Amino acid sequence: MIQAKGIHKQFGALHVLKGVDLDVAERELVFIIGPSGSGKSTMLRCLNRLEVPTAGSVVVDGIDLLDPRTDLNHARQRIGMVFQSFNLYPHMTALGNVTLALRKVAGKSRAEADEIGHAALARVGLAERADHRPGQLSGGQQQRVAIARAIALEPRVMLFDEPTSALDPELVGSVLGVMRSLRESGMTMVVVSHEMGFARAAADRVLFMDDGLIVEQGPPAQIFEAPVHARTRGFISQIQRH
Amino acid sequence: MIDTFFNATIMAQAWPIILAGLGNTLALSLMVVPLGLAGGMALALLSTLRSPWVRWPLMAWVDFFRAFPPLVLLIFLYAGLPFAGLELGGFACVGIAFFLNTGAYYGEVLRAGIESVAPGQIEAARSTGLTRLQALIWIVLPQAVRAVLPDLLSNTLEVVKLTSLASVVALPELLFQARQAQSLTYNPTPIVAAAVVYFLLLWPLVRLLSRLENRAVAAR
Amino acid sequence: MGGWERFAETFLNAKVMERYWPDIVAGLGTTIELAALIVLSGLAAGLALAVLRSFGVRVVNWAIVFVVDLFRALPPLVIIVLIYFGLPSIDVVPSGFVSTWLSLALVLMAFSEEIFWAGITAIPRGQWEAARSTGLGFGETLAHVILPQALRITIPPLTNRTIAITKGTALGSVVAVTEILGQASSAVSNSYNPSPLTLGAAAYLVLFLPVVIFGRWVERKFR
Ligand SMILES: Nc1ncnc2c1ncn2[C@@H]1O[C@H](COP(=O)(O)OP(=O)(O)OP(=O)(O)O)[C@@H](O)[C@H]1O
Ligand SMILES: [Mg+2]
Repeated sequence: MIQAKGIHKQFGALHVLKGVDLDVAERELVFIIGPSGSGKSTMLRCLNRLEVPTAGSVVVDGIDLLDPRTDLNHARQRIGMVFQSFNLYPHMTALGNVTLALRKVAGKSRAEADEIGHAALARVGLAERADHRPGQLSGGQQQRVAIARAIALEPRVMLFDEPTSALDPELVGSVLGVMRSLRESGMTMVVVSHEMGFARAAADRVLFMDDGLIVEQGPPAQIFEAPVHARTRGFISQIQRH
Repeated sequence: MIDTFFNATIMAQAWPIILAGLGNTLALSLMVVPLGLAGGMALALLSTLRSPWVRWPLMAWVDFFRAFPPLVLLIFLYAGLPFAGLELGGFACVGIAFFLNTGAYYGEVLRAGIESVAPGQIEAARSTGLTRLQALIWIVLPQAVRAVLPDLLSNTLEVVKLTSLASVVALPELLFQARQAQSLTYNPTPIVAAAVVYFLLLWPLVRLLSRLENRAVAAR
Repeated sequence: MGGWERFAETFLNAKVMERYWPDIVAGLGTTIELAALIVLSGLAAGLALAVLRSFGVRVVNWAIVFVVDLFRALPPLVIIVLIYFGLPSIDVVPSGFVSTWLSLALVLMAFSEEIFWAGITAIPRGQWEAARSTGLGFGETLAHVILPQALRITIPPLTNRTIAITKGTALGSVVAVTEILGQASSAVSNSYNPSPLTLGAAAYLVLFLPVVIFGRWVERKFR
């Protein structure tokens, strides 16, 4: 589903990604961990071209994202993204957030878009909150609206960048629940997160990134219980102490 | 085109006249800016009295002079008062008009600044034995001025630009002098020169303001 | 005659007022027309420049910043005089009305561009990214996500600046525009009595006092 090869990313003199290869199969859930500043977000953002890699190639669902002839806005509808800080549109209702792209990009009528939007909100358990503004919702609810905004477009892939890090602990469960049900419906997912419990339960593969490279990867059990690389071991023991 | 708007011969003739005008514009600004600031400071300090008997008339005063175009005020003083036997002269009229008009604007800015200072500051100062006025002047005002410095500067820019109105009552400031030179030479070069002088004089302030404003936005 | 009667005779002369109030009302009409044109064209041009600036073409942005700085630094009266007395030298002869409109619209354009731009840049980057990640294009994101939020925070400063610049319509009297002040001044010199000026002042208050009070309300509401 995703073929990213030899991704390099530089911000001026700062070399953030130093040749990352990432293949994600259909229906696979890939989980990315790594220390702060290791380039996880940057890697994820290369997968829908929010960042343009300095070198390498990114093909998602058969579409070459770095080809200048590619209709990027069309391609991005198939690649849902969920952000750490939700980034809901504060001036629109939950339903408005979910239906904007349906109407403006997918060209649906308002009635059609509303129907799809209501269904998407129902999938994340927020059918009742369609008319609420983001400011009237809890963090967990906001993040679920953000997920609904992405899945309403029927993406082929979903990217999550630390979707629960900005949430109070008691709200994390509801968001992970939605992600788990997405996973069960067969969605291809790439998740950057520190939720090791979720990774153990739901991930097919865990990648450990450090200093712009994938240092080690494997099934969750292997990465968490028997990491090979010294840096992976250091990182895993550090987060498990907390 | 060059000969019309940037004529060197005419420029050479007009230059001393323009320069005298620049001197007067600067002198005028040095008079009206402190005048307006003093008026504004008085209004702002008065507005800290919570009594509605002070606040409402004060607000009416400020809104009255904010609604009144400064040129109308100036003309009223300059062309109207003589009918009542009160011949003040252009200079005094400009002084009074600016005191009233720009005082109202400075007053609004300073009031917002004072309101932005935490009430605990006054309480702390009072608890050390300062009087209310002392607390306002030594504790609140310095913080207030710092909080609204961009707005104060922006207002000052407007005041300096506004001194060009004095040309209407024949004070020989920059614009007036330029128009004199223009009518002597039948060529717009002196007015272009005055515009360039204004721009060079005020551009640094505009740049500074733009920076300060963008920083204020970024901080939000 | 007591002091008050003398004063009333001079500044509130009923006969003079009766004779000249239609002129003042005509002036009020001109002022309103001029003000409306300035506000519409000035704000539209300012918004257009701010949107253009958000495309981030370096040379274009330098030019925009320069134009904005220019019209923030020049006194409006200088611009009016320059256009009215300067342009005829190259055989473009704008009326006083057009000169005033153009000048103040340019000034409002400059100030409002600055305010609109500050509003656009105040919207967090995440809003852009979220919208773009759902496939919205640059223009759609700007129109549906960024500008609605940006305009809201620009309303208070924009209102106050617009009022201040619109009051500049009185400057038109210097270049023979028959707006309120122009009408009042010529009435004064025709009647040798300042009452028309009193009327004119009242007309300005009728026009701008509600606007200033509205500005105060806007400031509270949108803070
Ligand atoms: N737009 C940018 N311009 C300059 N530097 C950037 C930019 N975006 C990211 N960086 C830098 O790139 C490096 C990697 O950032 P990235 O956000 O990918 O890390 P991360 O692994 O997601 O970290 P975290 O766990 O803190 O989110 C950091 O040093 C960051 O400062
Ligand atoms: Mg990150």
